[in-house]
Amino acid sequence: MTIGEIRKGNGDHLLRGVPEGLRPSGRIRPLSPFQGERGRGERSIEALNNPYNDDKVISACSLFGMMDVSGKVFSGKEIIRAIANMHVRSNGLGGGFAVYGLYPRYADYYAFHLMYMNKQARAETEDLLRENFHQVLAEEIPVNPCIAVSNAPGLFRYFLEPEPASLNGRPADDFVIEKVMQINTCIEGAFVFSSGKNMGVFKGAAYPEDIASYFRLEEYEGYLWTAHGRFPTNTPGWWGGAHPFNILDWTVVHNGEISSYGINRRYLEMFGYACALQTDTEVIAYAMDLLMRRHKLPMEAAVSVLAPAFWEEIERMPAAKQELHRALRTVYGSLLLNGPFTVIIARQGEMMGLTDRIRLRPLTAATRGDMFFLSSEESAIRLVCPELDRAWIPMGGEPVIARLGGTKVVAEGAVAAGRAAC
Amino acid sequence: MTAERIPMESGPVTAMDSIQIDAAGLTTQQLNDLLRRAVADGLKKIELRNVCGQRYIGTDLDQPVEIDIYGTPGNDLGSFMDGPRIRVHGNAQDGCGNTMNQGEIVVYGHAGDITGLSARGGNIFVRDYVGYRAAIHMKEYQEQKPALVIGGTAQDFLGEYMAGGTVIVLGMELKPGEKHRARFIGTGMHGGAIYLRGEVEKYQLGKEVGVKELDDNDRAALGSLVGEFARHFSYEAEGLLQGKFIKLVPLYLRPYGRLYASG
Repeated sequence: MTIGEIRKGNGDHLLRGVPEGLRPSGRIRPLSPFQGERGRGERSIEALNNPYNDDKVISACSLFGMMDVSGKVFSGKEIIRAIANMHVRSNGLGGGFAVYGLYPRYADYYAFHLMYMNKQARAETEDLLRENFHQVLAEEIPVNPCIAVSNAPGLFRYFLEPEPASLNGRPADDFVIEKVMQINTCIEGAFVFSSGKNMGVFKGAAYPEDIASYFRLEEYEGYLWTAHGRFPTNTPGWWGGAHPFNILDWTVVHNGEISSYGINRRYLEMFGYACALQTDTEVIAYAMDLLMRRHKLPMEAAVSVLAPAFWEEIERMPAAKQELHRALRTVYGSLLLNGPFTVIIARQGEMMGLTDRIRLRPLTAATRGDMFFLSSEESAIRLVCPELDRAWIPMGGEPVIARLGGTKVVAEGAVAAGRAAC
Repeated sequence: MTAERIPMESGPVTAMDSIQIDAAGLTTQQLNDLLRRAVADGLKKIELRNVCGQRYIGTDLDQPVEIDIYGTPGNDLGSFMDGPRIRVHGNAQDGCGNTMNQGEIVVYGHAGDITGLSARGGNIFVRDYVGYRAAIHMKEYQEQKPALVIGGTAQDFLGEYMAGGTVIVLGMELKPGEKHRARFIGTGMHGGAIYLRGEVEKYQLGKEVGVKELDDNDRAALGSLVGEFARHFSYEAEGLLQGKFIKLVPLYLRPYGRLYASG
C-alpha cells in the first residue's frame, strides 16, 4: 500500500480561516521512515533512544495552557509564542501541543493520531482499524517539510467510529482504549498519540516552537490549548515520549518526575491500561480516565487521589471530610503521585493546573476576561496578554480549574492574603 | 556576542548618566551584556522596558546603580549581585535575589518561589507575598546580614534551612481572624530570625524552631527594616508595626547533627 492510496484529503478542510492562497497545495512529501527500506525488526527510534529500557524519564520542562471559557476558538499563534518564550526550560528533545475544539466537522468521531516508525507498523495498524472501526477519513497529518526536525515518524490521522458489531455492548470509550492499548503494545513501531473526539495532540522530539511549525499549528483553531517543552534528563527524547500524553480526550503535560511510576503503572495495568511510551507522565492520563470517567469521581476528588492531603492534615479536618479523605487514600493509595510535579490536565471543556503538595515545580495562574492561563513562568503569560485581571501562584497540591460556561476558576488555591497584582 | 560588539542604540539616553533599554526580543545574555556595558560606561540609572522572562538580570554587577524593571523579569533576578538597587514594577519570578551579596531588590507585586535563596547580604522588599521556600538557606557572616521583608504572607517552607539573616512577614491584608497558611515554617532552620505578624498555629511551624517574644533589640531591628519597607511602598511605618509580632528562632545549631551518626 502506498501513502497515496489512503490519503483522501490534504487536510485543507480542517484549516478554517486560512485564505485559499496560503493553503498547502499538491502532495505531501513522503516521510522519512518510508524513504528507506526500514522493515520490521530493524532498529526503531524507540530502541535507539532508550537502549537500556529505563522505567522512567525525568524531566524539568516548560508548561503553558490557555483557555477561553466562553468557548471561542483561537489559533495556535499565541501559545506558540508563549511556550517559545520559555525556550531555555527545554532542550529540543520534546515539544507538543493539545488542542480542544479542533475538529468540529468530525466532532462525533474518535480522531486517532498515529506515529509509524516503519512501513509494516502502518499496514498492521490500518488492518486493525479497518476491522474494528468505520472510517470517515484517513489521511496524512499535514506537515511543513521545510522545518528541520529529526527522526520524524510517519504521521497519520483517522476519524473513526467503532463498528457496532465490534462493540458487543461495551461502552465505545472502553473499546477505544482497548484498541489503543492493543496498537501501542502489540504492533511494533506504531503508537496512537491522540484518541479523543474534537481534539488532538501534536508532538515530537524537537523544541515546541519547531514542532508547532512542523505541524502548522498556527493554522488550527481551538478554545483550549496546552503546550509543553521537554527537558528529559534520564533517557534521550523520542517522538512518542514527548508531551502531551493522551487517552480519549484526556491530555497531560507535566514538569517533574513521578517517582511512584512503577506502583502507578502496575495498579493501572489491573484496569487494562498498558504503559507503552516509557515516560512517567503517561500514568497520569490513564489515572484520570480511570478515576473520573470509569469511577465517576469529581475532579476535586481525583485531585485528592493524585496529591492527597498529608495524614496529619486529615486528622485536623471535620469528621465527614476526614472520612472522605481517608477513604480516597485507602482505596487509591497506589495512584498517589510521589515526587516533584506540576501538571496541566485537560479534557473537553475543562483545564486544571496542579502541583505536588510541597510544590517542587512552579506554576502561575492568571485570568483576563474570559481567558484563563496556566504557565511555568508568568512572563510567558504577560507576553501574550500584558494586562491581566489577576496573576497568582497557587498553593501546592491545590488545583486551579477552569471550565467552559463561565464558571472560570472554581478553586483558586490562592495564598491567604494575596493581593490581585496586575 | 561580546559586550564590545553590542551597539548602545537600544534606547534614547535620557540624561548624561542614565539610559533606557528596550528589552523586547533580547535574550538573557544580550540583556545582561548591555547592562554590564552600561555599568562599565559609568551610567548610574538604567531603565529596562518590556522585560519578559530574561533571567539573571543584574547578575555580577558590582556598582550601586539603580535599575528599574518594567515587565516581568525572569528567574534568578539579581543573582550574585553585589551592589545594585533593582526595582521591579510588577511581579518577580522564582529565585529572586539568589545568593546576592549586596544591594537591594524592591518588588511592587509578588515574588515567586525560593525568593532570597542563599542570600549573603543586601535587602529584598516584596510588597505582596512570596512563594514556597523563601529565604531558604539565607546566611550571614559578620557585617554581612541579608534581610527579606514581605508585606503580605508567604507560602510553605518559609526560612527552610535558614542559617542567618532576617525575615519579616507583615501579614498585611490578612482579614480579621484569618491565619497565615504557610506550613513547615522554619523547617531545618539553624540561624537567623523570622519576625511574623499575624496568627499561625503551632502545627504550621517546623520542628526546629521555637517561638519567642520580641526584646528591645528585636524591636529596633524590626523598626528600621519596616521603616524602609514603608518608604518603598508609601505605607505608614507606625501602622505596620502595630499588632503582635512573634519571633521564630532555631532551637538547635545543628538540627540534624545526630541524624546519621551518633555522638
